[in-house]
Amino acid sequence: MAKSEDEIVVEDPPAPASDSPAVTSNRAVDVVVSLLLLAFAGLLAFDNWRTGMGWDATGPQAGYFPFYLSVILAAACLWGVAKEFLVREQASGTFVTREQLRRVLQVFVPTLLFCLFTQWLGLYVASFLLIAGFMVFVGRIAVWKSLLTAFLFSLIMFVTFEIAFDVLMPKGPLEALFGR
Amino acid sequence: MEAFGLLVYGFSVLLTWKILALMMVGLVLGIFVGVLPGLGGPNGVAILLPLTFTMDPTSAIVMLSCIYWGALFGGAITSILFNIPGEAWSVATTFDGYPMAQQGKAAEALTAAFTSSFIGSLVAVLLITFLAPGIASFALRFGPPEFFAVYLLTFCSFVGLGREEKHKTIISMALGLLLAGVGMDTVSGQLRMTFGLDELLRGINFLVAVIGLFGISEILLTMEERLALRGHAASISLRTVLKVWKEMPRYWVTLLRSSAIGCWLGITPGGAIAASFMSYNLAKRFSKDKESFGKGRIEGVFAPETAAHASGTSALLPMLALGIPGSGTAAILLGGLMVWGLNPGPLLFVEHKGFVWGLIASMYLGNVVGLVLVLTTVPLFAAILRVPFSAIAPMIVVSCAIGAYAIQNAMFDIWLMLLFGVVGYVFKKIGIPLAPFTLALVLGNRAEDSFRLSMIGAGGDMRVFWSNGLVGSIATLALVLLFWPLIGGAFGRLRSAFGKKTA
Repeated sequence: MAKSEDEIVVEDPPAPASDSPAVTSNRAVDVVVSLLLLAFAGLLAFDNWRTGMGWDATGPQAGYFPFYLSVILAAACLWGVAKEFLVREQASGTFVTREQLRRVLQVFVPTLLFCLFTQWLGLYVASFLLIAGFMVFVGRIAVWKSLLTAFLFSLIMFVTFEIAFDVLMPKGPLEALFGR
Repeated sequence: MEAFGLLVYGFSVLLTWKILALMMVGLVLGIFVGVLPGLGGPNGVAILLPLTFTMDPTSAIVMLSCIYWGALFGGAITSILFNIPGEAWSVATTFDGYPMAQQGKAAEALTAAFTSSFIGSLVAVLLITFLAPGIASFALRFGPPEFFAVYLLTFCSFVGLGREEKHKTIISMALGLLLAGVGMDTVSGQLRMTFGLDELLRGINFLVAVIGLFGISEILLTMEERLALRGHAASISLRTVLKVWKEMPRYWVTLLRSSAIGCWLGITPGGAIAASFMSYNLAKRFSKDKESFGKGRIEGVFAPETAAHASGTSALLPMLALGIPGSGTAAILLGGLMVWGLNPGPLLFVEHKGFVWGLIASMYLGNVVGLVLVLTTVPLFAAILRVPFSAIAPMIVVSCAIGAYAIQNAMFDIWLMLLFGVVGYVFKKIGIPLAPFTLALVLGNRAEDSFRLSMIGAGGDMRVFWSNGLVGSIATLALVLLFWPLIGGAFGRLRSAFGKKTA
């Protein structure tokens, strides 16, 4: 059993500090989300009312089922908001701290860019850029390692999906160059 | 022993080199998915679903369900070695599994986890083999009112029995049902809730939503936390395995009880997580030596793992027999069935015998092969965790995008996935459960259709849901479950207080 003494250790230097100030509380987000959903429910209820939420000769109209669901959704949201304002004593946790938000944006923004690039450059080029960029700038991993990993991953994906399984992805100018 | 004959038939469907190879691939991918942080059973299955689009349904479901078994096995590895539960239902495994690893008994803990997982799912598969055909043939008599009552029962049991705040479960469910209705109305052909957007004509695809809700949001959540980890490497020798197996019969009560809890909670929707905690707590309560729990007691690994696997497996029972998934992953498999052109529900047992019994046979085989595979390859998979998360995270994002795009070849779906990713992130943080949403989204259209068909049949008379003993008792049970918090208020408070202590 000597082997079980081996330890696997992975460090994470840019980890968020635990004493980072809070950006917003759970209660605030809870209320905002409830209100947004309430507005959404109102919108859907209106649309379904327009479609027809009553009964006709064949039974319930197309808007009947969703209309009452939007009413239920709205009611549940109102209940949630009311509860947040009436039941004050319970402590509300932190939704996200500043450092955490920074880290989340570190993934979210590249993902957003990746989606944009997929539209213009095709998925495989965008995937190469995302992985390489993320590893270099966020993970602080050596450039050659990052480029190699990104290239290999994109290539493996290409071979697996486009060639082996015939699942076609959005492609851009680079793939056109190779005649795919 | 009709079921036995059919099972043999199922094995005959299964035993081709192609399917066996797919099974191995599925298991390896599944363990991978289970071990990696930020990926778990449901999103692993959802992301890999596009791989199966060009396969025949039987190969496809065998591969996907093997991914699922693999993910269940994989979750235990990180729980025990690193104290990081790969899945919510592995949380209870860390209580005793990690202390065991710290005491240098990682190999024992892993063997115990894998073996008890195997036992749990075996019990559940036996249950499916002998119970599912009966339930399915009973359900063949169901008309639209009965089906609507069963859907209602499913939704109500989520609200009534869930641990989350009730209004949040209702929000999640109503939203899922509403989004399921977007697009062309299946009964009248009218367009609903599309707001003039052409992309919404097709409706909101269930799998796209799942990939966003579970895949993308999980990455965002994982990034928030400190990613440094410290754990133990382990390899399992044959001697350890035999030693643990020799000890095992002593814990037969725990194993049996945990399997039963798992099966029961697996069939009722949303129970896998509750099952592992409950069986851990019961094992502790009935033990003569309560103090040693949480300090590395092997029984504390047996109990939650058996229950988690039993419930994970038995969640497929209602999916196969009634077309109602018992868990998030089962819901995704159900989504897969529809993609492959199969209509889930009791008719599946009549019309697609090869498919159903192939799947059931693959549960037996998949778990045996999976057990051998994990026991022999643990060091390999534990080493995956050495790969930095900043390399894994973008790869998962790319895989999610591929999965989302492949379903309908639509760029719009990639944007939708991103939107659901943000929604999932916020919902998880403020405690709106995602499982009811998933279930509602996949069942929404069928629930609505059955409601409208029953209304058309009855001329708009709501009493149709109490028109005979069968539908009446299901509908009444649904309402009882919905108001269960009020009915069993005191009992409920007791249980949630108990739950909070352990969670």
